[in-house]
Amino acid sequence: MAATQSDNRKSANVDREAPGAAPTHHLSEELLLDYAAGVTDEAVGVLIATHLTLCPVCRARADQLDALGGVMMDRLTPSPLSEDAFDRLMARLDADAPGDDAPLRHDIDMRAPGGGRDGRGGDDDALMSGGGASDAVLPRVLQRYVPARVEDIDWTPIGLGVRRFDLSITGRSRATMLYVPAGRAVPQHTHEGNEYVLVLQGAFTDCCGHFGRGDVGIADSDLDHRPVAELGQDCICLAVTDGPLRLTGLLGRAFNRFVKF
Amino acid sequence: MKTTGTGNAEQETERAAADRSEPVEPGPEEHAAWMRAVAQERSKVAFARLFDHFAPRIKAYLVRSGSDMGAAEELVQEAMLIVWRRAESFDRAQASVATWMFTIARNKRIDAYRRMSRPELDPDDPALAPQPEPMQDDSVGADETAQAIRTAIADLPEEQAEMLRLAFYEDLAHSEIAEKTGLPLGTVKSRLRLAIGKMRGLVDDDLR
Ligand SMILES: [Zn+2]
Repeated sequence: MAATQSDNRKSANVDREAPGAAPTHHLSEELLLDYAAGVTDEAVGVLIATHLTLCPVCRARADQLDALGGVMMDRLTPSPLSEDAFDRLMARLDADAPGDDAPLRHDIDMRAPGGGRDGRGGDDDALMSGGGASDAVLPRVLQRYVPARVEDIDWTPIGLGVRRFDLSITGRSRATMLYVPAGRAVPQHTHEGNEYVLVLQGAFTDCCGHFGRGDVGIADSDLDHRPVAELGQDCICLAVTDGPLRLTGLLGRAFNRFVKF
Repeated sequence: MKTTGTGNAEQETERAAADRSEPVEPGPEEHAAWMRAVAQERSKVAFARLFDHFAPRIKAYLVRSGSDMGAAEELVQEAMLIVWRRAESFDRAQASVATWMFTIARNKRIDAYRRMSRPELDPDDPALAPQPEPMQDDSVGADETAQAIRTAIADLPEEQAEMLRLAFYEDLAHSEIAEKTGLPLGTVKSRLRLAIGKMRGLVDDDLR
């Protein structure tokens, strides 16, 4: 499957996007549908939500799929509730202290109505908005998993100036932040399944073209498809594998390949 | 495929006649009006109407995706509590009531069964890329979009409709649909792509 849509391909020589340029490499229909249906792993969901923050095109596509979900649910044969269901609900409403609404108010959003932060996600709330941090690099959905400011990330050096930070996340898929100095290859590792790489700062190039902030590419073991950070600015990206990750050979042959750039 | 009136006698009394024939069943207009009454007047009557329409569908959705009856009942309660508390945040320009209900039910299901909260963008994030001008035109509302989608999926070939049902109701990712149906993954992907492509085509036409 292709998360890359290179119809709007740019010259691989472009060093840097104009600030605020919209992404041109989008999420695949498959990723968006799985996200709308609610079956993506947390790591993949973080990558998707990060792209949606940065990409109005995919945001509109995702809204359409939510609307499809609404139509689908509305077409289901209704399943009758127990007789006292409504009365029990009203009892709970009446027991609802008026103050209960208050912490939710800043948080109200039709895109996140049941987003797990309702009434019991106090910690997340504090993390997400308590600091009110606005970071030029990290969208807020990522700041739930990563220190709000890039400078505060506790990177692990993995050689040749490349650094990584593994997100603590549930599920099978893994998410890792990568810091790749300008001109170096994004490190290669073997894994089953797909690996998606979303650019947060700088840019990289692979056979499919130029990937700037917000763009999502696929990295796989095919060397031609292996991203290399462009010159000009160090590249920070979010890499997500939707299969188990094997870290053996991280510093192997792939690292020697950046010389071609 | 739709059947209504499955014997919840108590709730049906007052609108039984309407439920028997689909065309006069309350539509998006009424749903939105009820939401407004809940948000602005805290109307429990309007809330009861929303409950009558949506709660049994939310329950059906949860049961289809694997909840047992008891768990589904409890999740319906929690979902409808969110509806009550967050009615003010419902924005009709952005989503139809059915869409909003679906996102609430879906996220409740993810909370309960995947033991995670669904990563969502923060609409107040300074990093949020604004919609370009042409896309900001809200002259065609979410209700029209939903209507176009309804039309699109009503006409889908059964093999594509079935893929959509597996994706949305049964908590299955593309790869799991392939496993369950025995179809090649490529076939699953292409049927879903066709179904969604058709939907997007109709919706976009509708927006012109
Ligand atoms: Zn996009």
